[in-house]
Parts: sequence; C-alpha cells; structure tokens
Amino acid sequence: MKETYLTNARIIDPKNNLDEIGGLIIDTKGSIKAVGKKVANGNLPSSANKIDLNKKVLIPGVVDMRVFVGEPGYEYKENFRTLSDAALSGGVTSVVSMPNTSPTIDNVSMVDFLKRRGRDKSKINIFPAATLTKNAEGKQMTEFGLLKRKGIIAFTDGVKTVQDPQVMTRIMNFASQSGSLIMQHAEDNILSKDGLINEGEISTRLGLKGIPFLAEKIIVERDLSFLEEYFCRYHISQISSEKTISVIKKAKKDGKIFTTGVSINNLSLNENDIGDFKTFLKLSPPLRTEKDRRALVESVNDGTIDVIVSDHKPQDEESKRLTFAQAATGATGVETLLPLALELFHNKSIKIKQLIAAITTNPAKILGINKGNLDKGNDADLCVIDINKPWIVNKDKLKSKSKNTPIENRKLQGQVLKTFVKGELSYEV
Amino acid sequence: MAIIKKLKAVKIDQNHLLGIQDISFSQVTEILKQAKTFITLNKSSSKKMDILRGKTQINLFFEPSTRTQSSFELAGKRLGADVMSMNIVNSAIKKGETLIDTAMTLNAMHPDIIVIRHQDSGAPNLLSQKVNCSVINAGDGRREHPTQALLDALTIINRKDKVEGLKIAICGDILHSRVARSNIYLMNMLGAEVNVVAPRTLLPHSIERLGVKAFTDMKKGLDNCDIVMMLRLQNERMHGSFLPSAREYYEFFGLTPDKLKLAKKNALIMHPGPMNRGVEIDTNLADDINRSVIREQVELGVAVRMACLKIFCKKN
Repeated sequence: MKETYLTNARIIDPKNNLDEIGGLIIDTKGSIKAVGKKVANGNLPSSANKIDLNKKVLIPGVVDMRVFVGEPGYEYKENFRTLSDAALSGGVTSVVSMPNTSPTIDNVSMVDFLKRRGRDKSKINIFPAATLTKNAEGKQMTEFGLLKRKGIIAFTDGVKTVQDPQVMTRIMNFASQSGSLIMQHAEDNILSKDGLINEGEISTRLGLKGIPFLAEKIIVERDLSFLEEYFCRYHISQISSEKTISVIKKAKKDGKIFTTGVSINNLSLNENDIGDFKTFLKLSPPLRTEKDRRALVESVNDGTIDVIVSDHKPQDEESKRLTFAQAATGATGVETLLPLALELFHNKSIKIKQLIAAITTNPAKILGINKGNLDKGNDADLCVIDINKPWIVNKDKLKSKSKNTPIENRKLQGQVLKTFVKGELSYEV
Repeated sequence: MAIIKKLKAVKIDQNHLLGIQDISFSQVTEILKQAKTFITLNKSSSKKMDILRGKTQINLFFEPSTRTQSSFELAGKRLGADVMSMNIVNSAIKKGETLIDTAMTLNAMHPDIIVIRHQDSGAPNLLSQKVNCSVINAGDGRREHPTQALLDALTIINRKDKVEGLKIAICGDILHSRVARSNIYLMNMLGAEVNVVAPRTLLPHSIERLGVKAFTDMKKGLDNCDIVMMLRLQNERMHGSFLPSAREYYEFFGLTPDKLKLAKKNALIMHPGPMNRGVEIDTNLADDINRSVIREQVELGVAVRMACLKIFCKKN
C-alpha cells in the first residue's frame, strides 16, 4: 500500500479536541501517521497518493454499538456482506453485532464462526456481543470469562431484558471479575406485555396497547440500585423517555459510574410519525412524545447520554406487511445513522463535537477499543462527509438487504463521500 | 404501457368506512338521512330492494360475532347484493395465511364491498390499502366500530329528535372498547356532551384528549344525563387484575335503578350487546320498555348498515 495524503480537510476528532483545517497521512500499513494542520498541500512527496478533500469534513469512522446482522439464521434479512456495504455507505467502520441470531451467540463455538464470517465477508470491523444468559432466556448466565477471552466485546440479551432480579445481581457480580461490559435493554416484560407503541393519547386513538414509560424506568432504577452493591461495567443500551433521564441524572450526581445510549430513531422521530399504522415505525423502545424526543436530544447535548446508536434491525417485507400487532419490530438504520444525526447539528439541537463524539469516541471508549479517534498509530478508519449536501432517502437505493427504513423520503443534509477502513478506500460515493 | 395502466388501476377512487375519525359531518348526516328511509322499509312486508343488485359483498369476520355479522348480512341482502360470509375458522387464515394474502385472494374475485371485523386495531386500514373495493369496518381491535356508533346516533335521534345539546354518559370498560371510541368521536361531532365513567384501571391513557370528561364515580358521571350507554364487561377482565370481582364492579359501576335516578327522568338506556345481566346492568332495567332502547338499537342497526353499504359501495 502506498502512503496516502488526505489534505485540505476540516478534521474533527473529539477525542483529541481537534477541529481544524489540515490533513492526514495514512502510512503503508494503513495506520495514521500524522494528522493536523501541519499536513498541508505544499510539502508532499511526489511518490505518494494524494487526495485533496476540498474542505470537506474528515472524522473517525463511525462506531455503531447496536446492529443486528442476521447471521446465522436470518441471512434473508441481512448478511455480513450486505451489512458491510450498508455500513460503509453510512461512514460506519465498526459495529457491535447483537447476539439475537438463530442459534443465539451464547457459547464460544459460535464466536469463531462469527469472527470468520465477519472477516471473510465484510470490510468493516465486526465486534461481536454475546448474550448475558443462555439462549437469552434470562435464566442461566453465559461463560463471561471464556467468551471474553475469545474476543467477545460486550454482553447483552439484545432485544430482551434480564427480568429476574436475582439473576441480574449475580450476572453483575460475576461479570465484574472478568471486567465484562454488560449492556441492558431496559424494559420490564410484564408492564410492557403485548404493548405496541408509547402509552398515551396516540395509543388510545389508534386502539393499540401502550408501553408505559414505567416499563423502562423501573428496570433502569433497579439496575442502578444493583450497581451500588455489584459494581461492574454497565451500559443502558437505549432509553426513550424523559422520565428515565431524570433517574440517570440523579444517579450520576450520586457518583454512580455507568453509560447510556439512545437510538437515532428516538432522537429523530416521535409517536406521531406512526400515523396510519406504519409498521416500519414499530420499534423497541417505542417512539414516544415530542417532549420525550426533545429531552433526549438535550441529554445528548449536555452529555447525560453518551452514545447514539442506529439500532439497525433489518426485517424482510413479509414480516412488516401485517397488522401492527403482528408486524415485526425494528428498523434499518446503519447507513442513515450519520446523515440523520447531522440533522440534529443542522437544526442547532446538538453541537457538532458532541454529536460526532456520540458516534465515534464515546462508544469506542465504553467498549474499550482503540477506534473512533484519529490517534497516531491507529488503524486509519475514516469517514469523509459533505456536511451540507442535501439528499432524499429512497429505500430502493439503500444497500441493506432489508428495506424497512423508518425515514423513507426524508430530506437529509449531509452525505458520506468516502469511507476508509484500515487505510483502504472502501467506499466512495 | 402496461406499467402505466397498472399505476392508474391503483388510483381508482375508493370509498371506505374505516372509522368515525375518517368521515366528515356531511357524510354522517347523509348516512343517518338514508338510514331513516330504510327504517320504514324494514318494517314493511316487502323488504327487498335492488339498489345493490349485481354487487358482491364479502363479510370477513375474524372474530366471533352474532348481531353485527347477521345485521350486515341482512342489510346487504335487503339491498339486493350477493352476500358471502367467510367462515374464518375453516379458512386458510387459520393455516397461517396473512391478512394481505387473504385480501389479495378475495380481491381477485372482484367483490364490491368487504365488511371486516378483526381483533387487531388498524386491520381494515391495511386491507383498504390492498384491495380495489370498498372496505367497511365492522370493528377492529379496540380502535373503532363506526356502524355501531352510527346506529346509536340514529336510535337517539329516533327518540330525542337530535343529538346536539344532549348529555351522554358512556359507562364501563372504556379501555378495551371500540364502541366507546367511535361513540366519543361521533357524539362529539354531532354536538353532544360526553362523559365516560369507569374504574381507573379501565380508563385509557389521556382519554380526556378525545374530548370527554372522565369520571370514576357513577353518581357524578350520570348526573343530569339524557343517555346512559352501558358497555359490556368481558369476564376475562377479572383475571387480568383490572378488577377485583364482578360483585365489586356491579356495586360501583353496574347500572341500577338507584344510580339511574341521578340521570334525567326520561334518560334512555343503551347497550351495544351482548349484555351481562347483573354484571353491568340490572336485569329489570335492561327490559324496561320505557327506558331501555336496547332492542331498538338492533333494529336500527340493519337500517344504518343498509345506508352505509349503499353510500360506501364502490361506484362504477
């Protein structure tokens, strides 16, 4: 590989507090050799590969902490190749794959399979998560130590929540020995039973059973109480309600150490978007009120929420062409995460540095991986964006195998131009 | 060329009755006006008309129903339509066919009207997007039951001349009731004042936002009302811990002569049926011909459904 000089870019790297016009050198091994304003057009060796980025924005490749792949078991929804194509076109270079596959990722033999498929079929970095409990049933804990040694980066039951408080305390207690990261999807099963959308005026009007905000709040409250006794690396996968934010703020004030994520869907859409039973907006956690959405946006801005995820959940058309009650839950999003997040910058809701940090530096730090920053010597996982370029989402042009985007026809501002993985130009518009 | 034709085919102007929320005041007025003419027809000795002659009506009932299904069937037949009632228990749906596949299959038979009842809210909306005929909602989940509300309005008008200015109390399991929701929308549209009365566990979230006053005390909720509309309480509500017992419910929310005294002297009692005597309503009150219009509701139901079929049937 030739050395590559990316010059004349606006470089934003939240970790190094960088926001300046400059360049970046990718060395022959695909690592970052130098970065900043000193890398300028004037003094480049003639042999090197030169790309003038023309003041476009250069950021670390996006790290998406919550992505459902479909392999093994649901290859017809998404496989590693289609996921990789989708991710790259959205500037995403690293993903954490959720373990809700068939079979579930709950033992070491599955990890080798995943790593091999991920390596052979995708160009992006796949960081597999395993379940907290066998078959994600919430009963018997998985082999945290062995799985972690095999390369499992985080543990979560994915779409499910560990309901049994005793099991949860033991998991937190045991997992702390191996320093394992626990990610909880916070929803009380009984309170949310048969629930379809946010409980409120819209659920009353549509005649759909509601999911009360309490279903999320009490699990967060419970787990944060456990954290006092059983300290471990704990992350709340995604929150959806304003009421949960106040619990989190209070716990942080009390000195508790944990992190929190939010889906881009809950930052960009609200329950009104469900309209006339649009099943593509059947999500978990559900879309809530505009008041909740605004509170979530503000919490990303003030740092209460650390991470924005795509919650990329591909579903084939058949599983969505049903009545709202019967339709599958989830929406695709890995390729629209960054452009949709930029909407929050353009409408002045979130500062650019905070926004980029929430999809690069912060998730990498929580996961304990050396990604999401432009440190010298790191893999050159990069993303170049035209931050102002307008475009319209068209599901047929998206690269994911499934077409269940929740933002069909949405006008976005900001387009990914180039994506580099380990120094290699892996996507170009 | 074929593609252009296909696009045009989708654009056929369709006429659906999916819910009271989706229709206008003038449409409601038209339905009620037409229905009145059918009341007399239904009492005559020759009840058959040929307004829908040559039209095909399919009744697609995914939930058991006696009165609504037979009422729609009779309404279609009296207007001269060919009526087919699908028996879902023996159909492919039980074998795993989806609603859309069933709809496409039926659509291929060129029906003019599909009357659908489904346990899932929004099922008629989904169906209406996929077929080329008119869809009439005969009750979906807990969302709407528009023809029930229309027949209730007709019954009220028949007795009280108008709905406007009346005070109507809807009592019982509001949470699970599509009849309550459709009636709230319709009675509000027609200018009535609507109270809902239920234990807190059976009141839907933000129900006041639909334009009603909510009461948990029947005495306050019935105060000075012209119409007392009782809802059926399903037995399984006791198991879901919505209520402690039928006895407790009857004591506080059952309609008894004592509680009825708080309403106006000439207040009418209504019930969409089927009734649970002694659970939500005192058995003598239900049969009191001076107060109860429950049988009249059934009678006028056929007239209202005839009007709906006539108005919403796909125009050629």
